[in-house]
Formats: sequence, structure tokens, C-alpha cells
Amino acid sequence: MHYALFISTLVAYALSFALYLIFLNTGNALTGRLGTLLLAVGLVTHYFALLERSRGLHTVPYHDLYGSMSLFGWLLALTYLGLELYHRQRSVGALVLPFILVFFLAAHLAPADKLSPPEAHGPSFALHVALSILAYSAFALSFVLSLVFLGEERLLRAHKLGDVVWRLPPLELLERMSRSSVLVGLISITIGTALGFLWVDRLSNKYSFYDPKYAITLVVLLLYAVYFRLARTTAWRGARASKLCVFNFLIVFLSFTVVNFYLSHSHRYF
Amino acid sequence: MEIVLVGLNHRTAPVEVRERVSFTVDQARRASEQLRSKGLLAETLVLSTCNRSEVYGVSPEASHECAPGLSTFLSEFHSVRMDVLNGSLYHHYDREAVRHLFRVAAGLDSMMLGEAEILGQVREAYRVAHEQGATGPVLNRLFQGALEVGKRVRSETELGTRPMSVASAGVKLAERIFGKLDERSALVLGAGTISEQVIGQLRDRGIARLYLMNRSRERADGLAKQYRGEVLPWGEWDVALPLPDVIVSSVAAEEAVVGGKLVEQAMEKRANRALFFMDLGLPRNIDAAVGKLYNVYLYNIDDLTEIVAQNRHARENEIPKADGMVEEHVGKFLSWQASVELVGLLDELRKRMREERAQFIHARVESIKHLTNADRFQVEKLMDELLEGLLLEPAQRLRGEKDLRRKVQNVEALRDLFLSNREKP
Repeated sequence: MHYALFISTLVAYALSFALYLIFLNTGNALTGRLGTLLLAVGLVTHYFALLERSRGLHTVPYHDLYGSMSLFGWLLALTYLGLELYHRQRSVGALVLPFILVFFLAAHLAPADKLSPPEAHGPSFALHVALSILAYSAFALSFVLSLVFLGEERLLRAHKLGDVVWRLPPLELLERMSRSSVLVGLISITIGTALGFLWVDRLSNKYSFYDPKYAITLVVLLLYAVYFRLARTTAWRGARASKLCVFNFLIVFLSFTVVNFYLSHSHRYF
Repeated sequence: MEIVLVGLNHRTAPVEVRERVSFTVDQARRASEQLRSKGLLAETLVLSTCNRSEVYGVSPEASHECAPGLSTFLSEFHSVRMDVLNGSLYHHYDREAVRHLFRVAAGLDSMMLGEAEILGQVREAYRVAHEQGATGPVLNRLFQGALEVGKRVRSETELGTRPMSVASAGVKLAERIFGKLDERSALVLGAGTISEQVIGQLRDRGIARLYLMNRSRERADGLAKQYRGEVLPWGEWDVALPLPDVIVSSVAAEEAVVGGKLVEQAMEKRANRALFFMDLGLPRNIDAAVGKLYNVYLYNIDDLTEIVAQNRHARENEIPKADGMVEEHVGKFLSWQASVELVGLLDELRKRMREERAQFIHARVESIKHLTNADRFQVEKLMDELLEGLLLEPAQRLRGEKDLRRKVQNVEALRDLFLSNREKP
């Protein structure tokens, strides 16, 4: 059953990627719609794959690299689909799907490095985990959108339009999509972090508030809040805001890697 | 019945001839009516645009035979001498006529390759003829096929997607930055022909607010009235420049009329919202330094001309793909036509064989005196069964033939071999 779900999800995502790619090159509307449909199919099968794992663990799958990365990929796909439907724009699908595929595949190839389960548990903790991963997937999406913005803006300014620029979303739409994505991330990370701190408070005899992971999470939250403000109102709008968004995601990446593996004492998860 | 087409277009006739042979809607209706009442055509449709006048029809006789009559009709209908039309008219029959129409609908035969208007014009011509009752099963099917292929070519190729004029390229570029223009504003500097072309494009794309500036206020007022714009006093840059998202300039000036400093100040006032300049002036109206400012996009006439050239090239690259689609739909239509014709032919053949059989019985069997009526009836029945048996297998093979060329050849052969004195259905 698990293998069947894995294959179905992989095929659905891969076909969706191929169709989005054709859509980007040809602009064929039917191909684009089919790409969206297959992404939705992939989301459903991926959900059942995660559900199967959750049943075994009796919680959101985050105890190991597989669960975390797979959940991250799923939420990235979900956030993208939401944005695509909200903004009625599917041209960036071809650029987002590779990330979804990479996370999905990496999850399955990851070593079974089961981490020691945290002391925290229950629905509020599961929500903390789910919202945090949702936030990071939304930030990842805004990162991709910002990269697309910067690439397209560069081509437009250099007057080198080529074939693809005519197919990409307009710059202002990319900015709006990126802001929407960051907004989703900000709301999620705010609630998720608050729930996390509640648990730290409950377990204050075991965990300290002075973990580098908590500090960098607050920095990430602050940086994205600054981006959200600057991108809308000031001289930073446009390419500068997109560069800031890319920079912010690098901090997120730092939080996942260096901080998680080498600096954090008590929080080696997302 | 065969499909016939007589017409002229921008390739075969100069505008002086085209304008004399063009049809208004009323004229198209009258021509259709006359063509059918005179028995020249059984079904008719007149397609008339600024670049072509074409009469499509289903001929009750062999199509090559009715072509001269159609040419004469066009000459008489428009009171244009035949010697004026002779070098300009083209005639196409059956497959060629079908292919021609499908290429027209796909925009492959247009003066501006892939233009979108022609499909609407074909649709409208079909609607008029259909409502008039001038079309029948053949032309209905033919024009539905044409609309289908026209739509498909536009959705599956890039033939109609890229802008092909400097004005439309500039407006499309603005859409690359802002998306839909229905919440945007534009300022047009100058009120000449080029400015008017761009204003038309901007209005077509739904620009929300339009400002005009021109040294001669009178001309700007005229354009503003025509295109629902607002005229701003010439030279009040600090008021005008922060307002729009798109600035189009086509002014006769010896040096740049908008400098970098002015735009820098304007960008401050508009909190760095993106600003797109389309400089169509020669010498250039916008200082080149403007293009280096943050969030400012500057395209001059050379940049836009280059884009148009690239787009033309991209469209031309799509021709083989579009032609492939046309051929596919021509095949579908001819297959349908052959199937319809086959049914009629088989009925005719069956009828012919029964007649032959009746004559045979009358000539040979009647003379055999010892046969009773019951015997004769039995003989007739057996012969009928034999004939049906002989027809059944070839008919089934003909119906099931997948290769269109063979199918059409077989239908033709059947007609020529067994019904040589019979006109095409």
C-alpha cells in the first residue's frame, strides 16, 4: 500500500511537472489545467501516504527526516496550489514542482535517522509542528517566486525577452504572489512559534528559552515581517524586496542546517 | 457535389481591385441568393474582409465547369470588367478549396500572419449565410471545421500570441510588468499618428486612465475627446510624470524632452512604483539615463522593432505546425465527405443493379416458358441475394478504409466504373 501511494504520488507530481513545463513553453491552456489537476491528484495521494505514516506514529510525522521532508513537500504543494487558484496564474508551476519533487524524493531516500521524540505531545504540539512546516514551505515558495521575479526583471531591463518571458507572470503579479505566500508563512510561524513557546514554558524544567533555534526563529519572523512591510510601501518595492526575500530564505536555510545540527540543544526539528 | 471557391485577396489583387469586389453584408446576402436562384451553386457563402473577397459554394455540377460562371457572376455583380479580374481571381476545388479556407481561418493566409480578426470574420460570414439558409450540410460542416481549426491553431501554437506592431509590442510589454492594464494609467506625449495607434492599443487593453500632453493643445483635445482622455498642459512634468504607470512618447524634438532628473523626482513621488517608458520618438524623447533608474523600464523604437522582428520570426516558425493541423482537419473533412458520398453511391449502385437485374430477367427469363410465376419470383430473389452478397463485402471495406487517400480513390473508382454516366452526388 505504501509503495503504491509512493509511486502514484511520484507519477502524479512528475506528470504535473511535465505538463506545467509544456504549458510554460507553449501556453496551451488545456495542458496547464491538466498540470493543475495532476498536482491536485498528487496532493491527495501524498496526503494518504502521510496519513498512513501518521497512523503508525499517532501524530504528525516529524520524528524523522522522512516525515519532516515529506510533510514539507506536501505543504509546499498545497500552498502553491492555493496561490495558483487564488491568483489564477499557473506559469510558475514548472518552477515550483521540481522543489516539491526533490523534497518528496529526498524524504524517501533519507536515512532512517529517527530522532529522539520530544517531551511535548498532543494536538497543540502537533499544530505547532504543522504550522511551522507550513510557514517554511510558504517561505520556500516566496523564495522561488522572488527568484523568478529577479530573473524576469533582469531580462526585461536588459531587453532580452526570449521566448519564456512572454509566458511568465507579470512582475507585479509575482510580487503579489510572493507577498501572499509570505503572509501565509507569517501567520503560520507566529501561531506555530507561540504554541512552541507555550510548550517550552510547560517544560521549563527541561528546556531553556535561550536556545539558538528559538532566537533564529524570531529573527526569521522579524525579517519576513520587515519584508512584508517594505515590499508594499517604500522604495524597496520591486527587485530590492525580492532580494530581501531571497536573503530571508537563506536565513531559514541556515536555521535548518547549521543551527539545527550544530547549535541547538533541544530543538533539532523544523 | 463538389466544393468550389472563387475569390481574390491581398496577394492576387491590388487594393483598387479588392475594394471594387468587396461585399457588404447586404450584398453578400443578395449574391448568395442570386447564385442559388440561377442554379450556379446549391449552397453558398460569401466571405469578404478588407483583404479578401471569396465565394464558397457547393456546385451541382463538376466544379471546374461552374468556375467560369462564377467569375462572370462576380464581374457582373460588381460591374467590374472581366479583364480587370482575370489576373486576380483564383479558383480552388474540393481538397484545395477546403485547405484554403482552413488556412484562412487559421490566419496563415493573412497579410499579418496569425492575425486574430479573421477567425471572427469567418464566424460572422458563416452566421450570416446560415441564417439566410444559404448553407447546407456540406458548407455547414466545412465552416464548422474551419472555425475549429482556427481556434485550435490559436490555442496550440504561438501564431497569434506575439505582438506584431511596435505599438502592440509596447503595450504587451507593459502587461509583462503590470499585468492587466484595467487599473493602470498612461500618459501619451505627442498627438501624431503613432501616438494615436498606441492610444488605440491602450484603450483596447482596457487602460483605466489616459492622460495626453502635446505642444498643440488643439490636437490633444481632439484625441482626448475621441479616446476619453484628459489633457495635461505641456511641460508641467512635476505634475504629470508621477501620475501614470506607462508613458508613451512620440514627439518631434531635437533633444530629449524627459530627462533623468525629472523621472528621478517623479519616482520619489510615486514611492518607486514601477514606471514603463515607450519612447517612439526619433531622435529619442527620453534620456537614456532614465532606463538605469530603479524600477524604471525604458524601451525605445529600436528595442521595440527588434522585438517585433523576433516575434515575426517566432510566428513564422509556427507555420509548419499550424499547417500540420490544417492538413489533419482537411483529412477529417474529406473523410466525412467521402463517407457521405459513399452512402449515396452505394444506394445508387444498388438501384442500378436492380434495374439491370429486372432488364435481364425480362430479356432472358421471360422467354423460358415452362417457368411458373413462383419460379420466376424465386430466380429474382436468388439474383437479389447474389447482388447483395457481391456488394456487401466491398461496401464494408470501403466504409472501414482508414487511409483517406485510398478511401477517396475507391469512391471515385466506384463512381467511374459503375456509374460513369452519373453526376457526382
